[in-house]
This record gives sequence, C-alpha cells and structure tokens, in this order.
Amino acid sequence: MDHLNNQSPVDLAVNIGGIQLANPVMTASGTFGYGREFAQFVNLDAIGGIVVKGISIEPRAGNPPQRIVETPCGMLNAIGLENVGLERFIAQKLPYLRSIKCRVVVNILGDSVEEYAYLAEKLSEHAGIDGLEVNISCPNVKKGGVAFGTNPAMAQAVTEAVKKHSTLPVIVKLSPNVTDIAAMAKAVEAGGADAISLINTLIGMAIDIDKRRPRLANIIGGLSGPAIKPIALRMVWQVANAVSIPVIGIGGIGTTEDALEFLIAGATAVQIGTANFYDPGAADTIISGLTTYLEQHNETSLINLIGSLDTGVLS
Amino acid sequence: MTSIQENSRIKSAEQITEDIFRLTLHAPMIVSLAKPGQFVMVKTSSNLDPLLRRPFSIHDVSADGDLLLLYKTIGKGTTLLSALTQGMSVDLIGPLGNCFTYSGNHDVCLIGGGMGIAPLLFWARHLSSGVTKPGTHRVLLGARHRRELQPVATAFQSLGYNVDLATDDGSLGHHGFVSQLLPPILPSVQGVYVCGPTPLMQEVANQCHEIDIPCQASMETHMACGLGACLGCTIHGSDGTYKHVCKHGPIFDAKEVLWTI
Repeated sequence: MDHLNNQSPVDLAVNIGGIQLANPVMTASGTFGYGREFAQFVNLDAIGGIVVKGISIEPRAGNPPQRIVETPCGMLNAIGLENVGLERFIAQKLPYLRSIKCRVVVNILGDSVEEYAYLAEKLSEHAGIDGLEVNISCPNVKKGGVAFGTNPAMAQAVTEAVKKHSTLPVIVKLSPNVTDIAAMAKAVEAGGADAISLINTLIGMAIDIDKRRPRLANIIGGLSGPAIKPIALRMVWQVANAVSIPVIGIGGIGTTEDALEFLIAGATAVQIGTANFYDPGAADTIISGLTTYLEQHNETSLINLIGSLDTGVLS
Repeated sequence: MTSIQENSRIKSAEQITEDIFRLTLHAPMIVSLAKPGQFVMVKTSSNLDPLLRRPFSIHDVSADGDLLLLYKTIGKGTTLLSALTQGMSVDLIGPLGNCFTYSGNHDVCLIGGGMGIAPLLFWARHLSSGVTKPGTHRVLLGARHRRELQPVATAFQSLGYNVDLATDDGSLGHHGFVSQLLPPILPSVQGVYVCGPTPLMQEVANQCHEIDIPCQASMETHMACGLGACLGCTIHGSDGTYKHVCKHGPIFDAKEVLWTI
C-alpha cells in the first residue's frame, strides 16, 4: 500500500473500520461529485478517501429550484438527493474512480430497509469500492416518512440490513437533528456498523422578506459550512466517547486547524464538505497542514493525536 | 473543458455608475482558455462571510491576458468586490461552462439587457474576427438609463458594430424595452443571442420561436461551486428535466428552457 510514504517523517495513515486510508482527509458526499469534477484542482491520488454523491437504486431528479441559499458562514441546500442511480453510477462513474489511487466510499440512500439492502448487495459485487456510507437522513416511506436517522431502532435496522448484504466495511452517517446523538451512535454500533460519520446537515430555513416566501422551493433545507462546526465538533466528541468504533468528523471543516480540532476530539478521520465548493484545493492544503503540525509538535504518527483532548479541570 | 484556479491581479477597477463597476483582472492562464459565454467563479472575500464564490460571465478579454468583469453591486459579495483597488489580487476559478456557438457566415443579432450585456461583448469581439463583417450583425442593448448604457455600448461600437439602444427612461435611444427593437430586425438575421433579465430573455425566446430562428440564451442562477458538484444551480428544462447552469450551460438553446415558471 502506498500510504507508507517513506519520504515523510510522519505517518498520517489511519484505519476506518477496515478501510485503510493514506491520511485522514476525505471528501464528503454531495460536495465532491464523483471525483472527476475536481481533478483539475486537487491531487485526487493523494486524498485519503472520496465519498461519492449519494446513490439510490433509480436515478432521482431532485427538488425544483431554488435549491441553495447562502447564509452567514454557511449555506442551506435542498438538492433533493439528485443522483444518477445505481446502474449509471456503475457504468459511467465507477471506472474513473477505479483509476485514481485514493479509497472510494459509496454513499447509499433509500426509502426502505430493503432498498438499502439491495444497494449494499449490488455495490459489493463491483471492484473499486472500498466501503459504503449509509445516509440515514432519508425518510422511511414505509414508516410514515420518519427519517431513519432520527429513530434509533430504524437506524439499527438499516445498519443490520446493509451489513448482512455486504462484504464491504459499512460507515453509517448520522443526522444531527436528534436530541441524543450518542443514543443514535450506540444503535448503529449495535447494528454492526464498522464506523460512524457525522454530522449530516442541520435542518434550517431562510425567508425572502419582500415576497414573504421561503427562499428554498422545498421550504426547508440542510445547513452546512463553518457555521455548523461547533455543533459538529460537540457531537463528534460525544459520539467518540460513546462508541468503540471509529468516528469520522464532518461539519464545517475547511482548514487544517478545523481538521485538528475534530481529530483531537476523537475523530479518526475527517470529511471536507462545503469547503470544496469555495476552496476546491482544500483537501491538499489540509493534508500538508497536518504533516506540518505533527512535525512541529514532534509527533511521528497522527494516531497519537486522535482523541487526545484533555478535559481535566484547569487549575 | 479545462478550467483552473488562478490568482489574478487587478489592473483597473472602474466605477461606471453608483452601482455598476468594470473590473480588469490580469489572468493570462484563464484568458488563454476562455471562450465567449463562459464564466468565472470569483472569491470576493478572504474570510468566511460571504462564504461562496460569485459567478460572473467573462465580459471581455485582451490579447495580453486581461479579463474584464462587468457587474452591479447587489449584495455582500459584489459590494466587497467593488471596494477592491488596483494592484490587489482576486482568486478566480475558470473558465467554466459552455460557450456561445456560431456556424456558417450568416447574420446574427446580439441582444442584452442590463448586466446581461456582460457576456455579449466577448462574443461580439469573437464574431468580429470571423468571416462576417461586424457591420452586418446587429447589436441591441438596453439598460435603465443613459449613464449605465453608454459606457458599455461604446465598447461594441469600437469593434465596428452598429448598436441600437433602449433605455427605460428614454434618456438614450428607444424609450422602452430593448426587446421592442427586435421584431423589425428578426426576419433579416438567422441567429439570436440573448442575455438579461428573465422577462427579456423569455420575450426574445418567444419572438424567435414564432418564426423559427435559433436563439441562444445565457442563464443565471444561484450557484455554490460552478464545478458540477453541488447540483444547486438548477433551472427547469422544457423537456421536464432539471438543467444545471454550470454544466449544461450557462448557454442554452432557448427551446431547452422552460420559460413559463
């Protein structure tokens, strides 16, 4: 494996539930297309892992416009899970992803437990996929539209189904729109998840005061970007303390310092999301920034940093 | 199409009216790749608010690598941009999107309203270097009043175009909408290129559709990345699908756009 880079005095390699990453910097689903869109701006071979845009069994057209609104230090989106569908993903997107060196994680979404299981089974048949990330923020159509991610029993059931139908490492991506994030984390751990990623977007809205209309056609949307970072960091810390499987931190990460905060809080890896939109080279910058930080702090391995937060009482 | 990130330097920042600005950026790498109709994503702030880059059509380019933007201050991003001065640097990603197309040697009409004039100058420059003389093409430009129209129209006239003008207040040219200048001209051209407010583009698209003249429209939407990743820049297509302005556009065959929403 090429993660053992003898040129550098520091070791950035991490393992996420069986997925060996050259470094802990991944790109978040829905913010990095299918990788190729960023080939001219970032060294795709050097990224720890790419999580591709969420895939459903059938293609989805998504929501009508307006789909995005900028907010202070953030943005709301209501894309509506637009994606090319399983068949076109495998035929048109996967071959390119196979050609790059970094790990490829496929984000999956469905309206029922059976759909998740089907996607897990089909994707496991194809080479070039290193893991699955389960988006449980979708509504469960068979259970009155309640999101899988807000009900511990449903989240556990989805996790169990995906695990049962796949040989790949399974990451479950948690929604922050819950009262007790640790309970959700424990439920998916009990369901057999190999790792947990969090947070997905926080539900928000914005209003056009002249028209007295919602700015998003979908009325509500998911808030992302630096504005949500403190919430994400708190939840990652709580989850890392609640489970024994690896945690991937997501939420407003755009700089090396942001990534370091999540690692110190207990994340084994991080995903860069909205930052890819305004700084498409962010992954490269953060990877080299982590090396510099470790060198400056006389650490030889990034693993020593993970969960190193000292919450002892300050005298 | 190839696009890159380039740290450009401001060669000049002109204020045309109280809210309209023309920025000349030295961006030789992007300019060497740019085609008329394409856009750039501009970082307007060095901090996190506003967070996202702003899309701007490429207004014009020069042989020595200058890229011009024409814009109106409408929000936080454009206001910050308007405060930048000569010598400062501006981070750009581009060129992005598709471009205007032209085949054959027929006469065409370029029609722009307000800031929609921006992409047409680069296109007019390109067309003027082709086989057809600029004088035989038509350019129709409209704006609110003389002060914002005249400085922009002069650039088209310098290229050798006969330019017909319209202003909302009648201070220059026709008193009314620029689309009202099109009907007498339309039968004599074989292609139309339009950019401006949606009602203008819809009206021009309808006029072209009625007598079956090809029309290309430059579309604008809210956009987060410009790279085809966020899927936020959606418009309604006439075939019932959603189109993404950054990837399928910004230039669309007017027949592909559902104008009635």
